[in-house]
Amino acid sequence: MGIESLKARVTVTLKSGVLDPQGKAIEGALRSLSIDGVESVRQGKIFEIELDGGDRERARKTLTEVCECLLANTIIENYTIEIA
Amino acid sequence: MKASVILFPGSNRERDAARALRQATGEAPAILWHGDRDLPAGTDLVVLPGGFSYGDYLRCGAIAARSPIMQAVGRHATRGGLVLGICNGFQILCEAGLLPGVLMRNADLKFVCRMQHLRVENAATRFTRGYAPGQVVKFAIAHGEGNFEADDETIKAIEDNGQVAFRYCDATGRVDEASNPNGSENGIAGVFNERFNVLGLMPHPENLIDPLVGGVDGRPLFEALAAA
Repeated sequence: MGIESLKARVTVTLKSGVLDPQGKAIEGALRSLSIDGVESVRQGKIFEIELDGGDRERARKTLTEVCECLLANTIIENYTIEIA
Repeated sequence: MKASVILFPGSNRERDAARALRQATGEAPAILWHGDRDLPAGTDLVVLPGGFSYGDYLRCGAIAARSPIMQAVGRHATRGGLVLGICNGFQILCEAGLLPGVLMRNADLKFVCRMQHLRVENAATRFTRGYAPGQVVKFAIAHGEGNFEADDETIKAIEDNGQVAFRYCDATGRVDEASNPNGSENGIAGVFNERFNVLGLMPHPENLIDPLVGGVDGRPLFEALAAA
């Protein structure tokens, strides 16, 4: 029997207070589309990651390392990890 | 002075850097590949050139900063060896943790490509001693992600320690919003590490070494390094 793989989703977002010019540009585009009701937009990134083992504890540890080492620049970005 | 220039996939200013080094030192630098694991024995200076390493994927410089050669560059810096990062090279040094702060998207979202005045803020280092303190120089800039940002505490430390190398200014040396091309905190165009053996800057001194192409304000930087 093969090892059951785990699917995870990592979301990386700018910390609050960090200027997000891309989000601001999207806000401006929404205004020019006359779409009402949007207060603000912050842009981020989503990573869908498959892990080769079924151990959730180990997966979380691996994903934390993945985020800290590469996916997020923790000076300006936060990350959240969801394991399916 | 034994210099090495690192070539990453997507670097495009390595020849400019090599030309400036050859002019100043009389010797062609070694060109190293990102997958190399060691610097040539006796390397004094490592230059990370401009370009778009790894197509700016993930974040500018993020993937290059994790390439094998950067381990060797880190050890070289820890030993006190000189490291110069220009443009994408500056982004790589920040991503590698060898310099403080980050380089974010230009505040107005536009790629800027033009000549830019800079004020020399600290002329007492091995990189900048060829300039006078407060001297206004003109370098080329060409970047979309040159907006230098750090938290307030880090900015204060950089300022208090004299780690600001260059600041964007106008022709008279005035630093203000109008002379800031990308929104960088305090108009910071280049920073040193705490030990002053690592310098990163967004502008391109390596392109200002020949009067035929706009000036020679970049020469004193390479000449100072050649004598370091």
